[in-house]
This record gives sequence, structure tokens and C-alpha cells, in this order.
Amino acid sequence: MDKVGKALLVAIWFMVLTLPVMGIKLNLLENRILWRFDRLLWLGLGTFFLALLWDWAFSRKARGLPIMRLPLALKDNFLVFWSNATVRRGSAGILALGLLAMPLLCSFYQTNIMISAMLYIMLALGLNIVVGLAGQLVLGYVAFYAIGAYCYGLLNQAFGLGFWTCLPVGGIVAALFGLGLGFPVLRLRGDYLAIVTLGFGEIVRLALLNWTSLTGGPRGVSDIPRPGLFGIELNINEATIYIYYLALLAVAITVVVISRLKNSRVGLALQALREDEIACEAMGVNTTRVKLEAFALSSLWAGFAGVIFAARTTFINPSSFTFMESAMILSMVVLGGMGSITGVIIAAIILILAPEYLRAFSEYRMLIFGAIMVIMMIFRPQGLMSGEKRHYNITALKEAGEK
Amino acid sequence: MSGQPVLVVEDLSRSFGGLRALNDLSLTTCLGEIVALIGPNGAGKTTFFNCVTGIYLPSEGQVWLYDGDGDKALLNGRKPHAITRLGMARTFQNIRLFNEMTVLENVMVGRHCRTHAGIWSACRRDRATMEEEQQSVDLCYALLESVHLADLWNETAKNLAYGAQRRLEIARALATEPRMLLLDEPAAGMNPQETRELEILVRRIREERPISILLIEHDMSMVMSLSDRIYVMEYGTCIAEGTPDEVRANPRVIKAYLGESDA
Repeated sequence: MDKVGKALLVAIWFMVLTLPVMGIKLNLLENRILWRFDRLLWLGLGTFFLALLWDWAFSRKARGLPIMRLPLALKDNFLVFWSNATVRRGSAGILALGLLAMPLLCSFYQTNIMISAMLYIMLALGLNIVVGLAGQLVLGYVAFYAIGAYCYGLLNQAFGLGFWTCLPVGGIVAALFGLGLGFPVLRLRGDYLAIVTLGFGEIVRLALLNWTSLTGGPRGVSDIPRPGLFGIELNINEATIYIYYLALLAVAITVVVISRLKNSRVGLALQALREDEIACEAMGVNTTRVKLEAFALSSLWAGFAGVIFAARTTFINPSSFTFMESAMILSMVVLGGMGSITGVIIAAIILILAPEYLRAFSEYRMLIFGAIMVIMMIFRPQGLMSGEKRHYNITALKEAGEK
Repeated sequence: MSGQPVLVVEDLSRSFGGLRALNDLSLTTCLGEIVALIGPNGAGKTTFFNCVTGIYLPSEGQVWLYDGDGDKALLNGRKPHAITRLGMARTFQNIRLFNEMTVLENVMVGRHCRTHAGIWSACRRDRATMEEEQQSVDLCYALLESVHLADLWNETAKNLAYGAQRRLEIARALATEPRMLLLDEPAAGMNPQETRELEILVRRIREERPISILLIEHDMSMVMSLSDRIYVMEYGTCIAEGTPDEVRANPRVIKAYLGESDA
């Protein structure tokens, strides 16, 4: 009963707190006060049940129990089902087919949303190298995205260079900036690194905004051509579909490269760097080099994504590259689970698609976003996916098994 | 002292502002030798390790490491990873494992300086890379077997018991193929049974490969039975050096450990 009392108290306290906002309405025309007690009552009732739920969840967490547990039989059956190679291949095939067919089946609008989602997947996976694997908190990631996008925009405007030339150029320029940022911040870690990279992101944005002679300032760069397809003229619809496939290919390449990197010698060194920098260096890892490689590779990916972004929107200006974007990409990495590729992809899709499909609640978007973040950090700080272990083939064990 | 020298430290000093943590310390270890470094808390033993492994820069003095051919390399001013590559490995007093990684992966990080695959070959996954990787996996598994952790190879490192974490640190250090192994209080927090097992392990490490072992330890029974020679430190200087029996009988050592009697 103690719990119920506590929840009741919370509900009453909440009602008192929100009374001025929710309960009172001033009618200025007639100088009357309207009391809306019914709303307060509903609010109180809702708070009461939420408080009970909150308490229950916390008590489970305190006792070290999972918040939700699927029935064991169901979980086991699912794992057996999922470990079947045919099932896995089949579902991967269906997913791939679905993604390939999507622009042909769905509307222009939905294809466009998917392109956004895929660009963010690229960005989130790129940031995942530095933040998730190497454990270096970088807050100004969007700067590299901006550099890639402006690279294409400006090179096209000045020299008429096409998409396919600018794609590698944009990536490489972004990577060079990444190295440029990497050198001075090598000795920094944690909060200090976060502040410096945050500053870097703002510097890039402000430079783009104020260097009017080069970047066009707030007007940005317009009339950026969409990518060409062997010189065939495409209308907007066709071009969008074409960009969709380009983005899909880019995401596929990203996933392959980053999962291979993660499971490699360099990937292990990066993870060791995240866990303990001193031990990592004492074990013979050149932390300077590994860190710079991570910075460069991560910004390379942001550069690629930037070029594709510029080609898609055909117009870029500094307002697309605010700190909010960096925060959003970082949220994807944190929400998905540091270092987990599947988790980060799922988080990116949720964070981009959910606001689009929940437009009815658009006023509450940031509220819901904030609440989800708070709840995740309390109950599942390790992110959606965590503790994935890589598979190793140990010859000695295999031979022992064969005997 | 006999045999081929591995680590030679000459007049090493290290200051922290006004505090002289190490003062003209000289020390030599030879191949196949187990040397202990003892002394009261705060004598500068861990500072010595940090200077030798490049975490701190020595203020004065030289640190030399000899390779198998008898060529020596000056370690002063080299970065820790470069020193590890030259053949020095260490464990830490307060265990520093890569907690979220598996036991096998912890050891594989130790292979980093002996393998070569870069980002490009990681992406291509060519045969040489995959072979190198498999070799590394098998070698690390064998190392885990030798420290009795093979069954736990896929466990997350932070879930290991204390003694197992210490052994994992040793395995990780051995993965770098050291000629000089520095163990910083390997028996700290172990029960007598575990300490005896550790002693056997350290002896076996020496027998199985050309290596010299230098350990800091407070467990005197282990130090006395394990080491060939002992250096005793106090206030950053070496106050005695010799075989366990010589050190045990040395009046300065007794004074440092037990204090001077007023009588």
C-alpha cells in the first residue's frame, strides 16, 4: 500500500504543479477565469498509473531483474529458429528484396524519407567508429558532413565537376579535416575532447555562414545537379529513385566496411583504446596512429554522406548543419548501443522514421524524444544492442571436437 | 650475475616537481633470471616501472633493452608502444584489462604489435590477413591454455574472478612476445593457494621461453622462493641488492622494513 500512497502523492503533487498551466484558463474578453478541473483529474490519473509503473520498473531494476522477460520457451524457440542458416539467409533476402523494391512500390514521399534515413545510417555508422569503437566523444560530427556537402556544391559551381568526381573528393577533403582536427586533440579525452569537437563543429558552421564570398553565406549553394546516370536525363521522380539506390548501395558498402573493420586487428585496437588507453598503449598499440585512423575514416564517411546529401537536396545552406544534427547522430549511436552495427542502424531508422510517421504528434516530438532518452539511459544504458560477441574459430577446439 | 643482460638501467632519476621519486637507481636483469624489486610503499617501485615502459619520461639516466642478438636500444623518450615492440611487456598493479572485451580478445590486443593488417587489408580480407588473424587467434588460445583460462576464452573479461584477471593480464603481456616481462604486484589480493599457483606459472614462463622477469611484490615468501636476485628500494634509491639470503641478512633492509630500534 506504501507504493500506492507514494504514487498518489506524486499524482497530487503533479496536479498542483501543473495547475497554473493545465487547470486555469483566462478569458481576457470577459475577464473571467475558467477552471478546467476535468483535465487536471485525467492528468492526475495518468500520473498515478505512470508513477506505479515507474516504481515497479525501478524495484525490478534494483533487484537486478530484467524489466521485461519473454517466456523462456518462446525465446529458446526463437533462438533455435534464428540459428538456422536458411532462415537467416531467407530473411536477409526478403529484407534486401523489400529494400530494392521499395521505391517502385511506395510513394515519392516515402522514398525520400528512406533516403534521409539511409544518409543518417551512414552518418551514424561513421560516427560509431570514433564514438562507439574508439570511445572518443566527438560532438561536432556534422562539420564533416557539411564539408562533404559544400565540397560538392562549391566544386560544381566553380569548376562544373560532377557527382562522381566529387564523391571521392568530398570524402577525402572531409577526412583531411578529420586528421587536421585529430592532431591537436590527440591528448584530450572525455569531456575535453567533446568540448573541442563541439567548438570545431560551430567554427565550420559559422565559417560557412559568414564567408559569403566563398560559400554564399546563409543563401547557401543552389542548383546542385543530381547525380548523372550515363548522361540520361532523369525527371525528379526518377532521379529520386536513382538516388535511393545509390544511398542503398552506399549503406551496404558502409555496413560491410565497418563490420569488417570492427572485426579486424585495427578494430580490436580501437576497442582496447576505448576500454583503457594506458593499457592499450602498453600492449604495443600505437594509440596516436590508431586514433588518427579512426578520425580520418569516420570523417571520410561523413564526407561521402555529405556529397550524397547535397546531390539529393540540390540546395545546401548552413542551417542544415547545426549542432542539433550532431546531437541527433550521437543519439543514434548511444541509443543503438556503442559499437553495435545492427543497433545503430535500428536506432537511426527509429529516430528518423518515427517523427515522419508520427506527424500527428509533431508538437510532442521533442518531449517524446527526451522521455525515451531518459528512460533508455536509466533502464538500458548500454543501448538497444549490446554484448554482441564475435565468433572465432579456434583450431585447437575444432580438432578436439573432431576426435 | 651471469648470462646475457636484457634490461640495463643506469642512474635513473625521476622528479615530480620538488619530489625526487627515483634517485640514481641502477639495475640489471639477465636472460632467464627472475629479479624482484621490493621496498616499502611509496619507495618508487611503480614509478620505476612507468619510467622503464615509457609512460613517464626519465628525468636523468639511461634505460637500455638488449635484443636477442645482443644489440641494445636506448628506451629513453620512446613511446610505450615502441618500447613494447622492442620486447618489453608489463602488467599493472591495479588490474587494467579491457573490461568489455572477451578474454580471447584481450590477449589478441597484445598481438597487435606483432601483426600487420591495416584498415585496407581489413576491408579486403585477403588470404594473408585472414591467415594472420587465424594464427593470432590460435596463438592467443594457446597462451590462455598456459595460464589455465582456456575454458573462459569467450567470457567477458570483467566477469572473471580476481585471480583469473591477474593471469589474463600476464597472458596478454606474453602475447607481445617480450624478452623483458615486468609484473607489478602479481600476487596482490590472492589467497595462499592462488599465490602458489602463480609462483609455478611464473617459473614455467621463464622455462618455456628466453625471457627475463622483473617483479614488484610484497608477498615476501613468494619473493624469497621465486627470485634469483632482489633489489631493495627505499625513498627512490636502491639500498641493497643480492640473492634472497644476502638481502634477508642486510641490516639496512631490516631497518627499512622494521624501523630502527631505539635501544
